Amino acid sequence: MNPQDATYGSHTRQFPGRLFIVEGIDGSGKSTQLTLLAQWLRGEGYPVVFSEWNSSLIVKSTTSRGKRRHLLTPLTFSLIHATDFSERIEREIVPSLKAGAIVLADRYVYTAFARDVVRGVDPAWVRSLYRFAAVPTQAFYFRVPLDLALKRILSGRPKLKWYEAGMDMGLHADVQESYRLFQARIMEQYESIVKEFDLTVMDANRPVEVQQKALRRAIRPHLESMKEQVAQR
Amino acid sequence: MRGFGSYGDGIPGVDLSELSGWLVVIEGTDGVGRTTHVDRLRAHLERLGYAVAETGLSRSGLAGAGIRRAKQGNTLGSNAFNLFYATDFADRLEHEIIPALRSGFVMLTDRYVYSLIARAITRGADPDWIKKVYSFSLKPDAVFYLRIEVEDLVPRVLQTGGFDYWESGMDLPMGEDLFESFINYQRRVIHELDTLAREFHFGTIDAMLPVDEIADHLAESVAAMIQAGEAPTDGQPAEP
Repeated sequence: MNPQDATYGSHTRQFPGRLFIVEGIDGSGKSTQLTLLAQWLRGEGYPVVFSEWNSSLIVKSTTSRGKRRHLLTPLTFSLIHATDFSERIEREIVPSLKAGAIVLADRYVYTAFARDVVRGVDPAWVRSLYRFAAVPTQAFYFRVPLDLALKRILSGRPKLKWYEAGMDMGLHADVQESYRLFQARIMEQYESIVKEFDLTVMDANRPVEVQQKALRRAIRPHLESMKEQVAQR
Repeated sequence: MRGFGSYGDGIPGVDLSELSGWLVVIEGTDGVGRTTHVDRLRAHLERLGYAVAETGLSRSGLAGAGIRRAKQGNTLGSNAFNLFYATDFADRLEHEIIPALRSGFVMLTDRYVYSLIARAITRGADPDWIKKVYSFSLKPDAVFYLRIEVEDLVPRVLQTGGFDYWESGMDLPMGEDLFESFINYQRRVIHELDTLAREFHFGTIDAMLPVDEIADHLAESVAAMIQAGEAPTDGQPAEP
């Protein structure tokens, strides 16, 4: 049961649409950037679909139950999120790409690659698990100093959830401390993922509008061939 | 020394060397008598003094209810369904099968990953991919495959409540009506199980043999396997 070709990216299909995704740890400002990008693209007349890591109702009830009652292990955490993501791919992302939309995704498979591997899941296995995922036109990683991201998140005195803080890993008894250690490890994974999958690194330390300018400049070349389609509408 | 292995990289956080029981799988399509044989095998092994536990598919604490609900409305995409089943299986593996094996039980499993793999392939999943997904699973000590031809399956299914929507592949569907779809779907599932039987060396049993004959065969095979595995510690000094 160890076929080499069954891995993420080995199974690409071409669609008329475009898929741009943002990744980064909590507090990196990636969601803000993606929202600004969506507004700009809509203003330019492109059909935009905004896709978040949210769930179909059926899977969501299972995920919530698992989280509330702390039933999830690294393996089932990984699988239930893949189930959810598969539904998002089949029902939302791929049909939109077929229809020629610009799909913007806040977090993508790389979130799972980082998070699940930190929990001890085999890196090759989780990459293969997500083989069904469409490969993005371009993927952006918002690199931010850990302390800055932590300050942004923790200064709001958030009520961190059990799995969100990585409490299931027993890193630290204190929720905030566990969250810090967990995020640091996720960041390490992201750095190797950036190289492996050639993500475009964005300096998330710069002012919001400077980052947005860079983001728009980066995706513009991918939109050239779509221009005519939009003009015809 | 005997021990458990997995088909891939194992299970995160689980030390397989702690497992000491026996994992015995009964595979086969619906209507071949799996439940009967699990019950009889359990009774036999308990008479011999072994602690026996059993489990089946879609009974997990985590995802069982969600799967039942999703089936009622046919609300999940087929790939998501494949992964939902994998989640459910993983939960059962970690919360039922592994604890029982850790305690030295004989775990009788009414179907295992092979049925789930066959089901997924029949619904269009890539065989290499779905096998890799399930590569976390434990290699059983024995897999018995109750094999039947689809023509022989029909009268049995009619006697026991008729054609089930999912067991007829009506979500696909594979024929003009329930009966035709059942025939085509089950033929395809049996074909996939046959392929897996060769790849994973199942003990294949003709499900049309008399029930007693099958039960005796299972009882003797499993008891012999356990006794052979136990022999070195069965009152004899260990090898120096």
